[in-house]
Amino acid sequence: MFTEYDVIVVGAGHAGCEAAHAAATMGSKVMLITMNMMTIAQMSCNPAMGGIAKGQIVREIDALGGMSGIVSDKSMIQFRMLNKSKGPAMWSPRTQNDRMQFAQYWREALEANPNVDMWQDMVTQLLVENNRIVGVKTGIGQEIRSKSVVLTNGTFLNGLIHIGEKRFGGGRTAEKAATGITEQLIELGFESGRMKTGTPPRLDGRTINYSILEEQKGDEIPGKFSYIPSHNIKEQKSCFITYTNKDVHEILETGFEKSPMFTGRIKGVGPRYCPSIEDKINRFSERDRHQIFVEPEGWNTVEVYVNGFSTSLPEDVQYKALKQIKGFENIKMFRPGYAIEYDYFPPTQLNLTLETKLFENLYFAGQINGTTGYEEAAGQGLIAGINASRKTNDLAPLVLKRSEAYIGVLIDDLINKGTDEPYRMFTSRAEYRILLRQDNADLRLSKIGYEIGLASKERLDLVYQKIKGIKTLTNDLKHKKIDPVNINSSLERIGSSPIKEKTSVFQLLKRPELNTEKILQLDSSLKGYLSKYDKEVIEQAEINTIYESYIEKEQKLVEKVEHLENYIIKENFDYRKIKALSSEAMEKLSITRPKTIGQATRISGVSPADISVIMVYLGR
Amino acid sequence: MKKKESNDFEETIVALATPQGIGAIGTIRISGNSAIDVANSVFKGKDLRKQESHTIHFGKIVDQDIIIDEVLVSVFIAPKSFTRENVIEISSHGSPYILQKIIQLLIKQGTRFAKPGEFTKRAFLNGQFDLAQAEAVADLINSDSNAAHMAAMNQMRGGFSKKIKALRDELIHFASMIELELDFAEEDVEFANRDQLVELILSIQKEISKLIESFRIGNVIKNGVPTVIAGKPNSGKSTLLNVLLEEEKAIVSDIPGTTRDLIEDEIHIEGISFRFIDTAGIREAKDKIEAIGIERTHSKMKTASVILYIIDLAEENTLDIREAEQKLKSLKIPWILIGNKTDKLSESALSKLKKEFPDMIFISAAGEVNIDILKKSLLNLIKADSFKTGDTIVTNIRHIESLTNTQTALDDVLKGIDRKVTGDFLAMDIRQSLYHLGEITGQITTDDLLENIFSKFCIGK
Repeated sequence: MFTEYDVIVVGAGHAGCEAAHAAATMGSKVMLITMNMMTIAQMSCNPAMGGIAKGQIVREIDALGGMSGIVSDKSMIQFRMLNKSKGPAMWSPRTQNDRMQFAQYWREALEANPNVDMWQDMVTQLLVENNRIVGVKTGIGQEIRSKSVVLTNGTFLNGLIHIGEKRFGGGRTAEKAATGITEQLIELGFESGRMKTGTPPRLDGRTINYSILEEQKGDEIPGKFSYIPSHNIKEQKSCFITYTNKDVHEILETGFEKSPMFTGRIKGVGPRYCPSIEDKINRFSERDRHQIFVEPEGWNTVEVYVNGFSTSLPEDVQYKALKQIKGFENIKMFRPGYAIEYDYFPPTQLNLTLETKLFENLYFAGQINGTTGYEEAAGQGLIAGINASRKTNDLAPLVLKRSEAYIGVLIDDLINKGTDEPYRMFTSRAEYRILLRQDNADLRLSKIGYEIGLASKERLDLVYQKIKGIKTLTNDLKHKKIDPVNINSSLERIGSSPIKEKTSVFQLLKRPELNTEKILQLDSSLKGYLSKYDKEVIEQAEINTIYESYIEKEQKLVEKVEHLENYIIKENFDYRKIKALSSEAMEKLSITRPKTIGQATRISGVSPADISVIMVYLGR
Repeated sequence: MKKKESNDFEETIVALATPQGIGAIGTIRISGNSAIDVANSVFKGKDLRKQESHTIHFGKIVDQDIIIDEVLVSVFIAPKSFTRENVIEISSHGSPYILQKIIQLLIKQGTRFAKPGEFTKRAFLNGQFDLAQAEAVADLINSDSNAAHMAAMNQMRGGFSKKIKALRDELIHFASMIELELDFAEEDVEFANRDQLVELILSIQKEISKLIESFRIGNVIKNGVPTVIAGKPNSGKSTLLNVLLEEEKAIVSDIPGTTRDLIEDEIHIEGISFRFIDTAGIREAKDKIEAIGIERTHSKMKTASVILYIIDLAEENTLDIREAEQKLKSLKIPWILIGNKTDKLSESALSKLKKEFPDMIFISAAGEVNIDILKKSLLNLIKADSFKTGDTIVTNIRHIESLTNTQTALDDVLKGIDRKVTGDFLAMDIRQSLYHLGEITGQITTDDLLENIFSKFCIGK
C-alpha cells in the first residue's frame, strides 16, 4: 500500500508540520502520520504565536525557510511588538491568531507540497530490524517503511487528563492518548519521564462585560513575522486585561483538597514559569491579585481564552471563581481548564542533530523532548526534519551554534543540560542575546536556509539587498556631517542641546532623545535622504550604529568562548577517574559525553571548577 | 592541545617532602594505591598493611638484608590523607645519601618519582581543595614568613571564596530583577530600581577595590617587600643594612629548632619580609632612585616597593635634604627619609632639623639608635597591619585578574545606567561581572538567574 519513504513524521503538531514541510521541500519523500487529520497544527493552548524570546524563534524559522512565520502572519488577528521600550535585543513580535485559520493555512501548505503524503492512524510501534529503525507500525496494522523516523508525539504519549478528581486518558480534550510507543522505547533502552502541563478554561465571549475591562490593542502599524513581503492586516482584534481578587482566591482554595496538583495524583513535573492559578495562590499567598488576559480565539468566534488562569481544579470551582472576576460576573464556560500528564524522553539522550544516541535515523522533536511552547516545538521539528532529510542524502548535519540562533541555544541546552520541567525559551538563556535579535534573524540564517535547499532564492536575494542597503547607510551615518547652522534651532526646539561644530549623524544618534529619522528631519538640507531606504534597513543601520560597542563586545565573547570548542575530549574519557569532580558533574559528564571542553562547560551541574579540573587533568 | 590522558593517576609516586640539603630529619612521601604495599615491602617492623590510619611506626628500611636507616613511618589511609590517596611518610635521618638511597629503593619497587607539584595536583584532582584553595596550598608551601602563612591558610580555608560568593549573591539578585523585567515584561512584575542598583554596585566595587588593594599587601606577604636603601656614598647605607640584618639573624637564632638559612638580604619585621634589591649594587650605587623609578613604570603589577633614603647629617645641608625629598616625591613610591649619624650633631642642631623635617627619622646606624622607630615606620608604610585583623587577602594573580575584570564590567554597568541604556545592555555587563566573579568561586550564571527568578517571583501566564 505504501512505498518506502525517506522520512516518516509521527504527529502533525507544530514540530511535526515543520519537520514534514522542511524534509519534503528539501526533496525527501515524506509520510506525515497523524491520529486526526482534522487537528493538524492545532493550537492546543493559547491562540498566539511568538512573544519574548519565542518571537525570535519564529523569525529564525522563517529565515531558514520554515512555515510557522508565514502561517502566523496569514492567520493573525492582532500584532504587537513586545518590549519596544527596551533595547532591540528585547523587541519581540507576537501575533494573536485565529485558531481555525492557523490550522487551515498549515494544512494548505502541506497539501501544496507534492512530496508530503498523509495518513490518519495511530503509530503504535517502531519497526526495528538489525538494530535499525526501518519504519513504523500503525494501530490498524499497517507497516510503513522509511529510511528515518521523526517522533513528534506532543502530549499524546500515555496522556492523562485531570480535572479535579476526575481523570481520563487523552492527548487533548476529546482526543485519544497514544499508547505503545513509550513502552517500546523503554524496552529499546530509552529512559522516559513524566511531565505535566495545563490549560485554562475557554469562555463564552458573549457573557463577558468587555466595557469594564482594560483593552489591549494591537500595534498601530502591525508588523509580521515573515521576511517575505506579504499582505498586512487592515483590522485587528483587541485583547483585554482583568485581575483575580481575594474572593476568587478564597473560592479556588475550597477546591484545593480536590486538586490533583496538591493531592499528589499528578506525578509529572509542571513548569514553574507557567504555573496554574492554584499554584500561584499557594506559592505567592501575599499577592492579592493576579493578571488575566482575555484573548479572542478568532475572527468569527465568540470563544475566548483566559490566559493566566490555567487550572485543574474541579470544573464547578473553576466556574464559581471565574464569576468573581471583574467583567466575568455573568460568565458561561465552553470548556473547563485541565492539567495533562504525558511521557517525555530526557533530551540528554539526543545528539545536537536531534537524532537519538541509541538509534541512528530516529529523531525526536517537540514536547517529547520535555519542551513547552509552539515555537520551541516548531524550531526543533524544523531541525529534525532538515537533519533526517540530509542524512538520507549522506549530507553533513545542520547544527546551529548558540551564537547563531535561539534554536541553537534551545537544542544545545536540551541535550547538554536536559530539563526537569517543561523547557521554555527565555532571552536570558541566551548568552549572546544582543546578537540574536528578531530584526537580524534573516541576516543570520537565510544563507544557511538557502544552502540546505529550504529557503528560496527570492528570500536570499532580499537578504543580500538588505545587507547592501545597511552597509551604505551605516557608512553614511558615520561620515555624513551635519552643520550646526542647519540643525541647532531644531535641536533646541525639541530640548536637545545644540552642537558646536560639524557633527556626524553617528554621533548625534548616541543621544537617547534622537533617532535617524528625527535627525534627518531636523536638518533641512537632509530631508528626503532616507526615502530610498527600507524601514528595515534604517532600523538595522541604526542598531548597528547606536549599539556598536555592545555588539562588538559580544562578538569578542563569542570568539573567546568558541576557542574552548577546539579542545577535544576523547570519546571514551573516564570521568570517574577524577575524584575532584563533583559527583553530579561526574555523572552528567559520563552520560552526556561532551565532545569538547566548550560543550562540557554548558552541561548543567558542571561548574567552572569542574572544568578547571578536567583541563588540569588533560594537561592544559 | 596536548591530548595526554595518561593513567598517571594509577601510579604511585614518591618524592622528598622536606627541602633538599642536610637536615636532622628528612621525610619521604609516597602517594597512590600501592603506597602502603610498597613501603611495607622495604620495611622491617610491624606489617604496615594491618595498621590503622594516622599511626606512626618505628622500624628499619632494608634493601634485601642491608639496613639503610632506622625510620619512623606514618600511615594515612585513603581518603583521609593530603592527596586523598593512600599515603606513607617515611622520616629518616636527614643525610642526602640516605634519602636518595631510600627513594631509589622505592622506585625499584614500582613507584615513580613525582613531578613538581604533583602531590598538590592529586589533592586537587581528588577533590581535597577547590582551585583557589589548591593555589593557596602552593603558596603555603612556598611561604616563608608568618604573614604569608596566615594569608595562605585563610585562603585555603575558603575565606576568600566565601567573601566573593557573598558579593556575587547580591549581584545575582539584582541581575535576576533585570532579567525579570526583560523576559516577563508583559506581566505584572516589579522593576529593578536603578538607584538601588547603583548603590549596590558602588558597595561591591568598594569591596573589590579592597580586595585588589589587598593584593599589594598580599604580594608583600608572599614575595617580601622589594626595598632599596639609597643615599650618597658613605651616608651609612651598608651599616644600616647590616644592623637590620644582624638583628634579624639574632632573633632567628633565638628560636630553637630553626634550621632555615637566612637569605642574606632579607629581613623579617613582625612577620613581614623585606627584600633588599640588589644589595651589592646599593652599596656602591650613587643614586639608585632613578633606576628604580624606571623599573617601576615598566612593571605591571603595583607591587609595593619601598625606598629608604639616607641623608648623611654630618655632610649634607638643608638644601640637599629638600632636593632629596623632592626627588622622592616625584617617584610616587613609598619612601622614608632617614637622617643618619645623629651622634655627629649637637643637640640644638638636631632639634632644629627635627622641627624643619618632621617626617624624617633620625637614627644612628652605627650606634643602633632609633632602629626600632625606623622599623615601625617601615611597617606602617606598607600598611601591613591590615592583614592581622583577619581580613581576606588576595595573593593570586589569576584572582586579581578576575577581580580587575569584574571591576571593569561593573564600571560599564554604571556607565550604562548613567547613559540610560536599557536592561538588556545592562544585563550584558552585569553578566560579565558575574562571570568573572564566578571564575574565582567556580559557579555558573544563567541557571542561577532563572532559579532566582522562579523561586522569588510570581510569573507566568
